[in-house]
Amino acid sequence: MIDLGCRIGGIESINPYWLASAPPTDKKYNVERAFRAGWGGAVWKTLGEDPPVVNVTSRYGVHKSAMGGIIGINNNELISDRPLEVNLKEIEAMRREWPDRVIIGSMMAPMDEQAWKDLAIRIANTGVQGLELNLGCPHGMCERGMGSAIGQVPEFVEKTTRWVREAVDLPVFTKLTPNITDIVEVAEAAKQGGATAVSLINTVNSIIGVDLDAMAPKPMIDGKGTHGGYCGEAVKPIALHMVAEIARAEATRGLEISAIGGITTWRDAAEFIALGASGVQVCTAAMLYGFRIVEDMIDGLVHYLASHGYRSLDALRGRALPNTVDWNQLNLNYDLKARIDEASCIECGRCHIACEDTSHQAIRIEAKAEGGRRFVVVDEDCVGCNLCMMICPVPDCITMEPVDNGLPAITWPEHPKNPARKAAAE
Amino acid sequence: MGQTRQTARDEGVAASSANGGAADPFADLHPPLTATQAVVEADRCLYCYEAPCIAACPTGIDIPTFIHQIRTGNLVGSAETILEANIMGGTCARACPTEILCEQACVLNAREREPVEIGRLQRHAVDHLLAANGPHPFTRAPETGKRIAVVGAGPAGLAFAHEAARFGHSVTVYDARPKPGGLNEYGLAAYKMVNDFAQQEVRFILGIGGIELRLGMGLGKELKLADLRAEYDAVFIGVGLTEPVPLGIPGEDAPAVEDAIDFIARLRQAEPKSSLALKGDVIVIGGGNTAIDAAVQARKLGAEMVHLVYRRGPEHMGATHWEQDLARLNGVIFRHWARPVAIADRGDVAEVTFERTRLADGRLAGTGEHFTLRAAHVLKAVGQRLAPEGLEELRREGGKLWVDDRYRTSLPGVYAGGDCIARTVDLTVQAVEDGKQAARSADAFLKEKES
Repeated sequence: MIDLGCRIGGIESINPYWLASAPPTDKKYNVERAFRAGWGGAVWKTLGEDPPVVNVTSRYGVHKSAMGGIIGINNNELISDRPLEVNLKEIEAMRREWPDRVIIGSMMAPMDEQAWKDLAIRIANTGVQGLELNLGCPHGMCERGMGSAIGQVPEFVEKTTRWVREAVDLPVFTKLTPNITDIVEVAEAAKQGGATAVSLINTVNSIIGVDLDAMAPKPMIDGKGTHGGYCGEAVKPIALHMVAEIARAEATRGLEISAIGGITTWRDAAEFIALGASGVQVCTAAMLYGFRIVEDMIDGLVHYLASHGYRSLDALRGRALPNTVDWNQLNLNYDLKARIDEASCIECGRCHIACEDTSHQAIRIEAKAEGGRRFVVVDEDCVGCNLCMMICPVPDCITMEPVDNGLPAITWPEHPKNPARKAAAE
Repeated sequence: MGQTRQTARDEGVAASSANGGAADPFADLHPPLTATQAVVEADRCLYCYEAPCIAACPTGIDIPTFIHQIRTGNLVGSAETILEANIMGGTCARACPTEILCEQACVLNAREREPVEIGRLQRHAVDHLLAANGPHPFTRAPETGKRIAVVGAGPAGLAFAHEAARFGHSVTVYDARPKPGGLNEYGLAAYKMVNDFAQQEVRFILGIGGIELRLGMGLGKELKLADLRAEYDAVFIGVGLTEPVPLGIPGEDAPAVEDAIDFIARLRQAEPKSSLALKGDVIVIGGGNTAIDAAVQARKLGAEMVHLVYRRGPEHMGATHWEQDLARLNGVIFRHWARPVAIADRGDVAEVTFERTRLADGRLAGTGEHFTLRAAHVLKAVGQRLAPEGLEELRREGGKLWVDDRYRTSLPGVYAGGDCIARTVDLTVQAVEDGKQAARSADAFLKEKES
């Protein structure tokens, strides 16, 4: 049996699954239920200075696919709206009662050194194993100069991280907002400030939808709405990219990553770890399905590691990074062609119309002698784009087959058509 | 999802089962989908390109589009897509043998084995539009001043009237019966057309304007074709097949013997249906959908044993496999390979003598072996034919009206469609297509005459 035990920011965890700082970690009752379900840790809902914030009703909005499934949700909830002392007492109790689980204290303050330091010390005194700096909340708190208002300025990111590092002797996780231009720049700032790790991504700023009868953004609060933080499966690709950028960058080498963003299954977790994450944090999936989803997240990951010969998460960590490259390093002579398996084709025509209308007119319709129709790939026109394979409703009916065109691998910097190369040669 | 579907379909059959306990035996055969079921089912549609289901629909409804419109919550638009191609989309959604039309062509048969329930989705959309009771979805072209007579207010005649009214012509629809709708009102099984749907649909169709209904006027009686031709700019004949084909055997006039279409018509008009409660056994002779409808409804009315006797095998029956299954689920006993040779009146019951049959060199032949069945009611369902009255001037083909590929009869300005014309398909949906196309043909004729 493979042990999922790992170290995240130097903290021992029984598995890589922590609950992210969010409504599910707002109080002892929830976190206890999560630990009973098997979660390795929890980042407590962000604590701020008293008096506590006041939240609105309603708080969440949903983005559904045409098929009715939830793609993502957004929220306008602020940080913990309970008195600091209540939270600290509960954290302390939880640390005592669940010694093998991780509790990280998430915190937020305005750009004031003393405020950060005082709060950090108070939280550290509960016995938390680490602190996470919420520099990402993109709604409400940023209007008060906190959250993403700090996280969007690299200088502030560095300062707040340094203040907390100076105040306490605990691993510090700087939580980054994706609502910036270059994630590496802010991650580097966190590193400069002494962060042990970065946690990312926080939510993406969003309006989830518009109520076309009430003519207001959703969710509506007494007829009005505001922007909120978007999360869930939809943001996973954004998070994967940002995690990979930090893991690959020279400037952030050695900075650990606690990955967040739409993680719903063990497979999602494995992908983030393969791109260099030390561990993952989950919120939306738990909100949608309950804490029990961690059971398969654990079980599935164990089976995956075993079936692929990985003895631990360390063996998996960063495995996909060497193959994650800049576009300039891709082989321009690599050639794929779509192959349609006529036996499993159900003749829906989706591949044809997609290619015909929006790609390269490389799928022809032919009438079959015995009735029905056949879809034929025109190799000369097929650019191997994957579109037909992606939209085909029959698993494995369309595959992409590498073809040997006899050409050597060549990248753009080496390519004869690259004007910069010519210029360099001259 | 497949599980949900199966359950829904089973419920449909269960609700219609004769042994359904307290449930109304004449309740909807396919209960309407709930809003949630409709969206779940719509999501199964792959939105095929040049979809085979469209080609399989005699009226060519753009099925992937109307289902996509259900998916996006555009129910009125969905209904309009359907009604644009088939103004009787509501009846067709209920009565079409979708298992041999659109749903048979659905590509999901190959993948998941269960097609999208196109018929029930169609009903969902059309029912929404009818229930909303909003403005009629179609508008008429400016009045042309042309007048057209339609004989027969069944699916073909009403579809013709609708299309002709859209072109701006004034249409008068005549029908011999006291109510419009033709077989929709008098011929379809009660559990397919609950809540007076045929009349509801007629009211909707007339809602476009420019259509006048004159009932109780039959061709060869109150109406003469020559008079109609003189009075109107064009005439459409959609009289259907109203004369039952006789068995041609001794004793056919015994008091226990009735034509199945008359039995169904009586039942359709009866309220409550239980007022026609049957006692004893029933024999149904025939193998088409009318035979099935009569047999199933006889069971629902309380008949003990219902024997459906057909001269050939199950695979030769005009009734689809689905209809045959429905009859079996309702306890109808099938007796294949037997033909009636004589009926004897035995007081309370009739005694029918059958001869067993077989195929000899591809032809049906008697074996000389006989058996008898006794029943309180004998329902004949061996087909209907054209009632000739008033149609003497028109050329025939195989006992029905001859038309060319533009629905023109042998007389200029006279069009025909529906079951009364010579063709092999005898479905409501085909009659609607005939009426629609004939109206387009007549419109072209009238515009040509004009220029």
